[in-house]
Amino acid sequence: MVVGVEHYLVLSAILFIIGVFGVITRKNLIIVLMSLELMLNAANLAFVAFSRALGDMTGQVFMIMAITVAAAEVAVGLAFVVSIYTHRETLDIDVLKMLKG
Amino acid sequence: MEDILFYIFAAASVAGALLVVTHNNPVVSVLSLVLTLFSTAVLFVFLLADFIAAIQILVYAGAIMVLFIFTVMYLNLRKEALAFDSKSVPIKFGILFVILIVVAYLSSLGFKRGLQITGEGTSTSTNFGTVEGVGEVLFTKYILPFELTSVLIVVAIIGVVAIAKRRFN
Repeated sequence: MVVGVEHYLVLSAILFIIGVFGVITRKNLIIVLMSLELMLNAANLAFVAFSRALGDMTGQVFMIMAITVAAAEVAVGLAFVVSIYTHRETLDIDVLKMLKG
Repeated sequence: MEDILFYIFAAASVAGALLVVTHNNPVVSVLSLVLTLFSTAVLFVFLLADFIAAIQILVYAGAIMVLFIFTVMYLNLRKEALAFDSKSVPIKFGILFVILIVVAYLSSLGFKRGLQITGEGTSTSTNFGTVEGVGEVLFTKYILPFELTSVLIVVAIIGVVAIAKRRFN
């Protein structure tokens, strides 16, 4: 392992923070979903880095689980996006207040 | 050699991530996300996770991103929906950034000290990260979570069909 595990962790933290930034600053629902993907990807990177550092493949197994969850989440989320857009003609998250959130 | 490549692909993934959250055109955002996921797949190869890297490219950069780009093209978004939000956000962002960098650094320090991991990493078996190795762990020790993901997929499929069919008003 030429590059230490802490490099991967810092990269993972940077990617996660950029994802958080996208979630709290963007108004478009699709961009928010993409930022969520970015955060999941950062968590996966941390999983695999720890898996390598410990010599234990459990981290990789759970990364496969995370990918499965991400795929399901994207499918449901984009179905919601299409449904909301055909109904409300907008994807601005400040306009969408059906749930009174 | 490997550290130079690490920094190149780490920089590529961060640049792609920044483009995702800052660019106004959603198609550019999707393609930058593909760049980020691809660079992360290369980093997985450095971490001896070959199978995971292949899965990342096939499922994430392939299937999920095709779904995203299909939706973006299908909806034909207008300009005003793509703007940024409020003004106090950079302060929150700065605080979050500092906290997470510190947490990552401290956790890596504690990790190194607690488990006595040198720069070499622990010794790994020959099938570490290959299809055989991951499959062996996945189908013996973690067979129950693996089976439960199939339930999750079924729920997602039924949910997607139910949401997409319904015309609510």
